[in-house]
Amino acid sequence: MALVSLSDAVRDIVRDGDTVALEGFTHLIPHAAGHELIRQGRRGLTLVRMTPDIVYDQMIGMGCARKLVFSWGGNPGVGSLHRLRDAVEHGWPEPLELEEHSHAGMAAAYAAGAANLPFGVLRGYCGGDLPARTRVATVTCPFTGEELAAVPAHRPDVGIVHAQRADRHGNVQLWGILGVQKETVLASRRSIVTVEEVVDELAPVPGAIVLPAWTVGAVCVAPGGAHPSYAHGYYDRDNDFYLAWDGISRDRDAFRAWMDEHVLAAVPA
Amino acid sequence: MTYTADEMMAVEAARRLDDDTVCFVGIGLPSLAANLARRTHAPGCVLVYESGTIGSKPDELPLSIGDGELAETADAVVTVPEMFSYWLQGGRIDVGFLGAAQIDRHGNLNSTVIGDYDHPTVRLPGGGGAPEIALGVREVFVMLRQSPRAFVDELDFTTSLGDRVRVVVTDLGVLEPRDGELTLTQVHPGVKPEQAREATGWDLRLADDIRETEPPSGEELHALRSLRTKGDS
Repeated sequence: MALVSLSDAVRDIVRDGDTVALEGFTHLIPHAAGHELIRQGRRGLTLVRMTPDIVYDQMIGMGCARKLVFSWGGNPGVGSLHRLRDAVEHGWPEPLELEEHSHAGMAAAYAAGAANLPFGVLRGYCGGDLPARTRVATVTCPFTGEELAAVPAHRPDVGIVHAQRADRHGNVQLWGILGVQKETVLASRRSIVTVEEVVDELAPVPGAIVLPAWTVGAVCVAPGGAHPSYAHGYYDRDNDFYLAWDGISRDRDAFRAWMDEHVLAAVPA
Repeated sequence: MTYTADEMMAVEAARRLDDDTVCFVGIGLPSLAANLARRTHAPGCVLVYESGTIGSKPDELPLSIGDGELAETADAVVTVPEMFSYWLQGGRIDVGFLGAAQIDRHGNLNSTVIGDYDHPTVRLPGGGGAPEIALGVREVFVMLRQSPRAFVDELDFTTSLGDRVRVVVTDLGVLEPRDGELTLTQVHPGVKPEQAREATGWDLRLADDIRETEPPSGEELHALRSLRTKGDS
């Protein structure tokens, strides 16, 4: 682990064509890192994420993605992701292959990846049309004979998460809604963690977890790096921006103009 | 006191939740109804959000299932893999509250696509937690505004199964399974059963004993209107 700039971390760690998981379940979504991937023009990525929301809408709309592995793709509490829809419905800016799961299946696949198992097992994917459209199989319990669903483990090339803070050794501390942050870092071959700040000592916080420095590829300081998502204890979710994104993203030209001004012209962290 | 059809829908859905029920809550109308129940007749109702918050007691309605207030007011916050394995699959949730884009007469739900999967007319967000919630809880409650586009003869895609759907609360009335098919058992005040049939894409069966929903009380309406969504101005 090394404390490095976000632009250096993305340049050194993320390659075109990689399978990349940016995680954060509503909380701690790594927007700053997503923007750096866009600025550096990464292409052909397989993007993995349980809840693709604004950050993936932006990356898909800017042509970073070839494939999306996900379980719920919307703007929470607002509606559709218009760039995701445009890619799926009209192939703009390029066609997007989908591998669609349920939340329970995605969670099991990350946990299996973190545990170095080839698949996750769950009681799920029973009936309906989803099993025929995704990567799932059936296994039989050797003890009871029960048939269970097996989902292939997620082993991303790169896992990217945001956290509240790190110490100078690169130990990372995060708390609040933890989503699949830990599983993503442990399941991935390489990883980047952006943090709000670096502190001398990680004081205990109720419910907090620590990712030891030696489990993390790079730690980058990116204050406000989750915005418009939030960092518990630092700043609130910018619900107004989530509502505004619906209008910004509806039109291709308005979307590109917004991205040009707020992302491409922005100074990297 | 006057009220809207959406308010009637939220109030009637809230009434269906008993005190001390452990309820898995989706965002939007289900979250509104569950929080209303907690503010009125069911203060002990345990609200579980899929972001991992258990026993959330928000003062304001959250916009997303992971707003900070849900974690701050929770009895426990767990990771997403733990939520779906230990809590949902573990059989610890009584009621799952779901919405959808389409429902059929068996309570199967579509929240995936309108049109063909490979060439959709409308790509919807997808199943999220719904497929396992629909089979992992004891009872599923559905909230959906009634129209022929939403109440369809045949789903474009089956996202989750209707086996455990016990009640569907709409803006016109209430449907419940009778002999394996969703049947109109209740109409809201001022709604005629024929209106509900016209708003349904299949030949909706009417129960012999259709009753009229009790209108919202002043207390219910006051509690509902005091629940404001974050970001509303």
